[in-house]
Amino acid sequence: MPTVGVKRDLLFKALGRTYTDEEFDELCFEFGLELDEITSEKEIISREQGDSKASGASDTILYKIDVPANRYDLLCLEGLVRGLQVFKNTLEAPRYRRVSPSSGEPQKLVITKETAAVRPHAVAAVLRNITFTQERYDSFIELQEKLHQNICRKRSLVAIGTHDLDTISGPFTYTAKPPGDISFKPLNQTKEYTATQLMSLYKTDSHLRHYLHIIEDKPVYPVIYDSNGIVLSMPPIINGDHSKITLKTKNVFIECTATDVTKAKIVLDMMVTMFSEYCSQPFTVEEAEVVYPDGKTYKYPELAYRKEKLSSEFINRKVGINESTEKIAQLLTRMCLLSQATGVGDEIEVEIPPTRSDIIHACDIMEDAAMAYGFNNIPRTTPRTYTVANQVPGFSSACLMCCSQEDIAEKLAKKISETKAVHISNPKTAEFQVARTTLLPGLLKTIAANRKMPLPLKLFEISDVVLKDETKDVGARNSRRFCAVYYNKSPGFEVIHGLLDRTMQLLEVKSVRGDGYHIQAADGKKALRGNTLSFIWSCVSYSTFFPGRCAEIFVRGKSVGRLGVLHPDVINRFELTMPCSALEMDIEPFL
Amino acid sequence: MADTGVVETLLRLIEKVDDGVDSLEVAASLGVDHQVIVGAVKSLQALGDIISAELRSSKHWELTEEGTEIAEQGSHEARVFSSIPLEGLAQSELMKLSFGKIGFSKAMSNKWIRVDKSHEGGPRIFKTVESIDDQVREKLLLVKKANTAQLEEKEKNELKKRKLLSEVTVKSYWISKGISFSTTITKQETELTPEMVANGSWKEKKFKPYNFEAMGVAPDCGHLHPLMKVRTQFRQIFLEMGFTEMPTNNFIESSFWNFDSLFQPQQHPARDQHDTFFLSDPALAHEFPQDYLERVKKVHSEGGFGSQGYKYDWKIEEAQKNILRTHTTAVSARMLYKLAQQKFTPVKYFSIDRVFRNETLDATHLAEFHQIEGVVADYGLTLGDLMGILHQFFTKLGITKLRFKPAYNPYTEPSMEVFSYHEGLKKWVEVGNSGVFRPEMLLPMGLPEDVSVIAWGLSLERPTMIKYGINNIRELVGHKVNLQMVYDSPICRLDPNTA
Repeated sequence: MPTVGVKRDLLFKALGRTYTDEEFDELCFEFGLELDEITSEKEIISREQGDSKASGASDTILYKIDVPANRYDLLCLEGLVRGLQVFKNTLEAPRYRRVSPSSGEPQKLVITKETAAVRPHAVAAVLRNITFTQERYDSFIELQEKLHQNICRKRSLVAIGTHDLDTISGPFTYTAKPPGDISFKPLNQTKEYTATQLMSLYKTDSHLRHYLHIIEDKPVYPVIYDSNGIVLSMPPIINGDHSKITLKTKNVFIECTATDVTKAKIVLDMMVTMFSEYCSQPFTVEEAEVVYPDGKTYKYPELAYRKEKLSSEFINRKVGINESTEKIAQLLTRMCLLSQATGVGDEIEVEIPPTRSDIIHACDIMEDAAMAYGFNNIPRTTPRTYTVANQVPGFSSACLMCCSQEDIAEKLAKKISETKAVHISNPKTAEFQVARTTLLPGLLKTIAANRKMPLPLKLFEISDVVLKDETKDVGARNSRRFCAVYYNKSPGFEVIHGLLDRTMQLLEVKSVRGDGYHIQAADGKKALRGNTLSFIWSCVSYSTFFPGRCAEIFVRGKSVGRLGVLHPDVINRFELTMPCSALEMDIEPFL
Repeated sequence: MADTGVVETLLRLIEKVDDGVDSLEVAASLGVDHQVIVGAVKSLQALGDIISAELRSSKHWELTEEGTEIAEQGSHEARVFSSIPLEGLAQSELMKLSFGKIGFSKAMSNKWIRVDKSHEGGPRIFKTVESIDDQVREKLLLVKKANTAQLEEKEKNELKKRKLLSEVTVKSYWISKGISFSTTITKQETELTPEMVANGSWKEKKFKPYNFEAMGVAPDCGHLHPLMKVRTQFRQIFLEMGFTEMPTNNFIESSFWNFDSLFQPQQHPARDQHDTFFLSDPALAHEFPQDYLERVKKVHSEGGFGSQGYKYDWKIEEAQKNILRTHTTAVSARMLYKLAQQKFTPVKYFSIDRVFRNETLDATHLAEFHQIEGVVADYGLTLGDLMGILHQFFTKLGITKLRFKPAYNPYTEPSMEVFSYHEGLKKWVEVGNSGVFRPEMLLPMGLPEDVSVIAWGLSLERPTMIKYGINNIRELVGHKVNLQMVYDSPICRLDPNTA
């Protein structure tokens, strides 16, 4: 969930009134926002870098507000204020208009076919006669950053470049070239670099290094030139210094290059709807033309208003309220969805503005109606759904599912290839290399972490392990296991054996060969046969136990597990010092 | 019981004196270790008021090991002095002696010796006086003979500084006659025996009093992990409410069922390497219901079922990727798909099982945790129904004050975060998430259009940590679990007073 930081007093000034912290928190809650933190620049710096660094910083109060991940229209002060004012009925949602330039010819961005190999799409627009102040400028930059981090997926899907139009001249060319052939002075640098040099320069840049991978391995890098060969930007990494925006900039050229054109259009719409407010003709945006290699021309920004029709009965039925058609139209209008009753039955026509890209289905409109009504004003009812309850037999326990490869193999004196273990490709630590194939390591590690407890230690776990299984759609399945260990000054095989007897008694399996259960000495040869013939045995194996102290458990003629005294090497590898006996068996047949 | 001989001797000693005796002196006079006398005192005390013993502590000075050596052989400086013959001694020779170094500097400052640095063959030491008075040794001898009183405090401290003396605290008992003093002791019985009951001898016996302050012996029984106790409670609540448990025994899930079927777009951050565990083996799932997969692909890439869709290039390669499931909603998706393949009947499902997130670990976050999930599918369910059922569910947990915040979730719309008022913290805290499954998820499965599915979820660990007052999740889950905590944790009754 993105967090937007706004200056409190600026926010209240824009909202036209002040709130106490509690009142504003309440308003946020109702609107689906969360006032996450009340702080100041000074406080943030002092927390992150220490008091000494913070001494000169501003102590203007900042509100940190959590915004739902699909509401790109609330990612800056301008959008937040507009959304809240319309919600509180103190403002009518503005209409955003795309206009042709007074000069006649729109700005042109020509895409060449070379971009297809790296970043094939682009959209563009112009903000004409804009007035920046320091605050507006900061917000303009911040919104780009927020969009980059969220909908743009860290610039991989879309990258935004904004330029002082009066320093460059169209038509612009969006092309892609080998990195050695691109050379320009990047933003805030004093000399020219080739793209190859830039990539190594930014390797150590705490901010930009995260984006290098997007194009690093490509044969060609994307680049935008003006008609005089000046570089506007090398997306998605950096803009040129030449066309940078300043507080004095009056005309802004915005380009978004992308691998996902739908998201590029949304991002461009967000940028222009938020900041066209400061144009001499508020909420108008000058169009730009984008020419694709196949000659097709598109006008941007789209600023599309879409109309949907639905019935007030649908809203009432889905939310569980009973409001008139007019009232529901009013509710929706408060959510920036201009709505009216069409007069045909209970039909409502809803207009979805370009700022609400999150509205993709009637259910999204229904939710907005419910929010404007107030979730907490909806009567709470009991569904009449009649059902009969059933439970799945089973238990679970609390050792971790994931572990290191070593835990389930080397430490148990087995080869990892024998385990049928499922391997994780992107673990952050060695503790998450594999899903466990046996419960034994978890219990032994638990004992190791609790060595201060009085002896004997008797632990059990009934839980799932994961095994590869090609017959399943995902190629793996869970298997339920029962594992117990006895840790004391003597191995206590009879204790573990007694536990097996008691367990079988409770499961109503008699102690007889054939139809019931029995155990028999396991030796290397038999263990091997067990592996290949009767039961694919992935948990404790013969080598885990002390020679001559391992028995195989048979239930109705099938091998289901093993019990015995652990091999001293195994005990040592788990950093234990006492004899230990253990039992592990498959209990799937008993479920 | 202490040695009866010592006990009796001690009693006779006390009998002879009017006031009392000191245990240290008794030990000295009997020639036994002090601890033996202490043992005798303790066992007499246990018999009642035969004696009274008052604990005293006294300080006295003792020679250290080095001090003892000096008392016997003289101070280092005196030994240096006496080892120098008339013709003098090479300094290098002197330094070879064990006491050479320390003794040399002391003897120098006492002006007993001198060094002739210009001597042929290296510096040489000569006596400067004919005889000396080894005061250090004499003082230490006084201490050894327990005549410390003759030494001044300053002198003792100086010797202490030189680590020749140390002050030790000795604890002893002042033993005197008790109210029921007697030199003969009847042995008290510890327990009633079958013989005493049979022959009536208990009537003549004295019994040792019980110590009611002590703890009883812990019963020999098993202990369930707290997480399992809380889980049992939640299961109970769901079952009481008529919910059927879903089979959740598939930790390995394909991205298709975990994300795509839930209308979670393929570029969603949750599908990132940083958030989800992907598998390298088996890396891909190989079997999907093909016509359903086509419908899912269409609703993502083009829309349909009344939706605009996400309008992006949906790739089967992404959907095939195997992962450790990130939520049990993947199971709900499979169940709802299964439900859609037959004639629809309303259902109420629940599950409580493990899910996995590739999180950075801290005191409240682990890479695996248990998710509790409830799902209801029926015709005409409303948002009000969802809030009503949540109210019932949380009331059974002892939480009655609820409110709902609009939220965003890719597969539910509306989505609501559930907050409850925490009386202790005096604020609203988030207790769960809920919502109505999107039509883009349900309709491609083939569920009837007028069927709504409402759902909610919460973690099992959080209420358990609150219930048992555990601050670090590692103490609760995983092998670092504190077994003492497992042994000690009470039964789980989720009620208004503990929730």
